[in-house]
Amino acid sequence: MDINPILLLAALMVASTPILLAAIGELVTERAGVLNLGVEGMMIMGAVAGYIVGHSTGSPLAGFAGAAAAGIGLSLVFAILTQVLLTNQTATGLGLTLFGMGLASLMGQGFEPALPVTVSKIAIPGLSSIPVLGPILFQHDAIVYLSILLVLAVYLVLGYSRAGLILRAVGENHDAAHALGYPVRLVRLLAIMFGGACAGLGGAYISLVRVPQWIDGITAGAGWIALAIVVFASWKPWRLIGGAYLFGGMTVLQLNIQGDGGKIFGVTVPVEYLSMTPFVATIVVLVVMSAGRAPGSLGKSFHASN
Amino acid sequence: MKRRTLLATGAGAAMAAALGLPARAQAKTKVGFIYVGPINDGGWTQHHHENALMMAEHFGDAVEFVYQESVPEGPDAERAITQMCLGGANIVFTTSFGFMDPTINVAAKFPDVKFEHATGYKTADNVSVYSAKFHEGRAVQGFLAGKMTKSNKVGYIASVPIPEVILGINASYIHAKKVNPDVEFKIIWIFEWLNPAKEADAAKALIEQGCDVVLQHTDSTAPHQAAKDAGNVYTFGQAADMAEFGPMPRISSIIDNWAPYYIDRVQAVMDGTWASKNTWDGIGQGMVGIGEISDAVPADIKAEAEALRDSIASGAYNPFTGPLNKQDGSAWLADGEVADDGVLAGLSFYVEGIEGDIPS
Repeated sequence: MDINPILLLAALMVASTPILLAAIGELVTERAGVLNLGVEGMMIMGAVAGYIVGHSTGSPLAGFAGAAAAGIGLSLVFAILTQVLLTNQTATGLGLTLFGMGLASLMGQGFEPALPVTVSKIAIPGLSSIPVLGPILFQHDAIVYLSILLVLAVYLVLGYSRAGLILRAVGENHDAAHALGYPVRLVRLLAIMFGGACAGLGGAYISLVRVPQWIDGITAGAGWIALAIVVFASWKPWRLIGGAYLFGGMTVLQLNIQGDGGKIFGVTVPVEYLSMTPFVATIVVLVVMSAGRAPGSLGKSFHASN
Repeated sequence: MKRRTLLATGAGAAMAAALGLPARAQAKTKVGFIYVGPINDGGWTQHHHENALMMAEHFGDAVEFVYQESVPEGPDAERAITQMCLGGANIVFTTSFGFMDPTINVAAKFPDVKFEHATGYKTADNVSVYSAKFHEGRAVQGFLAGKMTKSNKVGYIASVPIPEVILGINASYIHAKKVNPDVEFKIIWIFEWLNPAKEADAAKALIEQGCDVVLQHTDSTAPHQAAKDAGNVYTFGQAADMAEFGPMPRISSIIDNWAPYYIDRVQAVMDGTWASKNTWDGIGQGMVGIGEISDAVPADIKAEAEALRDSIASGAYNPFTGPLNKQDGSAWLADGEVADDGVLAGLSFYVEGIEGDIPS
């Protein structure tokens, strides 16, 4: 057996980070009652913008900032259409994905990287020298840490702060929240922008760290996986992190098992089954665990006159 | 009155179109291409596109070149091909295995349009198939892999389980094993031709498991990037030269050289001599090229690899020459026996020594 569990678990975190970032953004958007199906489009915009900005400036920080800005930019298109012009959220979100993919492809045409971008790993002093756990958890790049901190922050803000309470109120029943005097559209606008920024960061993580190159269609469906994980995690941040790591982990694990001759504990498993495991395992585990329900106003348009 | 004028104008226009179209069609041959990936994937599709552009340049004003990129394999391909035929294409090239049935279906509806399907096996009166003997190039790669590996572990990123890919794995394994009896192949199937993130993950998994040579049958350059980051890993360009990753990690490549075939077939349409045929050419006919072997390879190994390439090109040596056994140990080719093209084109088993199952 050639699989090194420590390297495998470390690779799991890298493979999961883009999905985790996009999913935590979408979770906040959906908890505010907005269903944005444009995650894939915002991710790929982030991927191309991060790549272009990063390789023009040579700075990974600028790259990720540009990616977040591009994600926000595309999410604003969605926000104006759904919150101001009251278009159908499902259709607008699907349109946003198609638009984002086309625009990203156009932006990427003919771009020649000028400067190399290196996203360096940060070994956390002290913690990174713990045997086994150190290499798995504490020798990653800053974005991996950021993604985990973001999930923690979302968990704390949603659950234990006034701002989180207002956001949830807007998502559960926008008429009641409006009657109490909360600015429903403003809250939703901010939530949509947060979702856009996170999806953009997730996309840039693919084009600047995981692959790292720009190729058309590079996100290859990661945005849809993120959307699915939000639902299966029943809109709870701590389940989300489990779902994303489970999916990323199974993806990396099945590739490693294939490389190892397709054997699990000496039993040969057909490749077809191996390659479906990430999807099956994630759905089964999250469905078994799930007990939540969707925010009450999810996907419904709001206007003060109704 | 007005309506009648309109009708008359309409009839006139239809007449003009009916008379005018054949005249225009004769003046300009419309050549269409259907691609499975984007034209900047850095590999398979980009290379088809570049070769198509060479064809278009060769004919200049005599052809009108149109293409559609990123067409998904399956029902949507049928729509894209039909669209191209309705647009007046005289010949349509469909450049992925999965376009086979859609091409055959559309061809039945447009008997006057000529179709050329890459890497498939179904032909019709107006459908030709063409492919390259990539496995001849894979034999040279396998030789280099066997010589260059220090860990004796060679990784192989496989795409879709079709005979072309299985042939490639066999050809490279046979020639790696011949020069390095201890060599072991680790094969990962990703079930897609192009998915950079998955290709990168697969390459990293192989490298982490100790492979220091990674071969790929997928279309992007992501595995090269992973190898470059790892440092001491060798890779090979696939479909295109991928020279931007040389001299390390990319130490050689298989280059698909389609342009002469494209020029030949479009010329045949112009001359009215086009006939359905089945083309499967290799290094000798120039359809498969071996990219420059870089300086990272010692000179004596490079010379041997080039000798192998030349012996395949001249026809003196066939990469599938016995004695060879199937994976289960049963005999396939006797000593000195050469596999015939018909068997190779439908090959669905590994040769002896390769571990793992082929997905069906």
